Amino acid sequence: MLGYLIRRLGQAIIVILGVTLIVFILSQLIPGGQARAALGPRATPAQLRHFNVVNGFNQPLWVQYWHYILGLLKGNLGYSYKNNQGVTALIMNRLPKTITLVGASTILALVVAIPIGMAQAVRRNSAFDYTMTAVSFFLYAMPAFLIGELLILFFSFKLHWFPSQPPSDASAWAVFTDPRAFVLPVLSLAALTIAGFSRYMRSSVLDTLTEDYIRTAKAKGGTPRRVLYGHAFRNALLPILTLIGLTLPAIVGGALITEDVFNYPGMGLLTVQAAGNDDIPLVLGTTLVATIATVLGSLIADLLYAAADPRIRLEASE
Amino acid sequence: MPLDPEELQPLAQPLSVEDQDLLPEGGEAQEDGGFLRNMVRVFAENKLAIVSLAFLIFMVLFCFVGPHLYVTNQTNAQLALQNSTQNAPPSSSHILGTDDTGFDILGRLMYGGQISLIVGFLAAIVATVLGVIYGALAGFFGGWFDSLLMRFVDIGLSIPVLFLLIALVTIYRPTASLLIVVIAAVSWLVPARLIRAETLTLRTREYVQAVRVMGGSRKRIIGRHIIPNSVGTIVVFATFDVADSILLLAALGFLGLGVPAPQTDWGTMLSNGVNYAANGYWWEIYPVGLCIVLVVVALNYMGDALRDALEVRLQRR
Repeated sequence: MLGYLIRRLGQAIIVILGVTLIVFILSQLIPGGQARAALGPRATPAQLRHFNVVNGFNQPLWVQYWHYILGLLKGNLGYSYKNNQGVTALIMNRLPKTITLVGASTILALVVAIPIGMAQAVRRNSAFDYTMTAVSFFLYAMPAFLIGELLILFFSFKLHWFPSQPPSDASAWAVFTDPRAFVLPVLSLAALTIAGFSRYMRSSVLDTLTEDYIRTAKAKGGTPRRVLYGHAFRNALLPILTLIGLTLPAIVGGALITEDVFNYPGMGLLTVQAAGNDDIPLVLGTTLVATIATVLGSLIADLLYAAADPRIRLEASE
Repeated sequence: MPLDPEELQPLAQPLSVEDQDLLPEGGEAQEDGGFLRNMVRVFAENKLAIVSLAFLIFMVLFCFVGPHLYVTNQTNAQLALQNSTQNAPPSSSHILGTDDTGFDILGRLMYGGQISLIVGFLAAIVATVLGVIYGALAGFFGGWFDSLLMRFVDIGLSIPVLFLLIALVTIYRPTASLLIVVIAAVSWLVPARLIRAETLTLRTREYVQAVRVMGGSRKRIIGRHIIPNSVGTIVVFATFDVADSILLLAALGFLGLGVPAPQTDWGTMLSNGVNYAANGYWWEIYPVGLCIVLVVVALNYMGDALRDALEVRLQRR
């Protein structure tokens, strides 16, 4: 287990380093350079030169990258000239809200998708199976923003059950104090992943049912119920942990749109606002933080999988 | 974007030992014509796929031929503001009503659809070509070169697509042609991985080794044997990727980062329409939403049918 842990951790660190390099390259691609982006189109060449000297942007690229990495290690993600505020402070205010949204909707998606997928596999090719397949196909093709808007139109404007947006200054804990405002965003984001999860669960159970140990369990006289619950489902559940890790980038991307639709004050909304504002340092900062959060999330999912399934860690430590 | 778990695996599974025994020896590129014909036949047997294809052809005609039959002003906002009521409900003069500038919605669906379809198709083609070349090179040369190239793909795939897309769009102001490049730039990673996996199995085949023994150049092996034999996988991916590209463009448009005015795309139209959701102007939301969903569903059905056809092809040979 320790070998696997170290290897997987090393992998995550390499990916994060690579992402910092990509974000650094992106910051170099700004037409006119960072000075032009910060000072605007009317700055004189002398002003631009001065800005570059003060900020060290006239140094060789590798020196700049090194300073960038050192800054990151100290938690410095850059400076948002449009907001006159450090990028880190802006993001730290929003990150917990996005984590709450992603976490709650992923849990909801699992709670809904796992039983559906299991039931589909057990009653394979039944009317229920076909209906759920059709529904998941439809959900899968639905753009995130459309699901959100339809939920608002129906539950908010027509039925008046839930507000169409949470209070703008809501803290991450507001989920517990004012849960009604979070129902629609969470539901909307969960709808995106339910389709994928339930289809995966269905095929996972079907795969497991063909395993030798299922046949053995049946041969030993296990009741269908016991074979299903005691053997098949338990083994079929494990791979979904990996799927969560793999789907995480897509969920975080979906969260960005969901936050925009519901005006949910998380990191996605911050990114969209920054993009509309031409605030490039802020956009690059949120991109980096969203990616690091995603990589860490996948890492946790993989480690949980290894902890739950001895086959993985044995295979990996060979 | 939601992720289809099936897409995570290589589309064409490596053949089992039994299948490999049945393989005809020596698959030059011409062989593939026969495989392709076989694929087309299996595809044609799938009614849903045919309906989807017909619908897509209809939408292409609707967007590109439609404006010549149903002539509306879609570029001059001044004129639209003067000549028609804003946010007018459907009537005999405007079949699907007008938007907040007074543009005719039916005409706008065609006009915006042109951008959505062109960007979607071209971005998918660029991404596929890039990914295929990258993946084939990595898989063929193997070793540290392959590890380096694939590590880069891993890193790219770990960045949530929309964030990367928004970063690129913020750095370079979007025009339609730039959006093609930017969307392609975030979606070539998946085909690179798929084709690499395919190349790894193909390059050990007897006929590829035979070419190598006979002194065929690497360029010839990759260009004449490996890429043509992965054509099924490539076509299936490209089909799904058109759908994904259209969705990505729609998402950007919805976030207000689509093509600049007076041009429009379906996402931008929808974004505009939902501003009036509370007013009940349904004609500014549902028609364009339906266009996006139906085109994407149709492309996904086609991709599924192509994948089935590919699998049947593999089973039969």
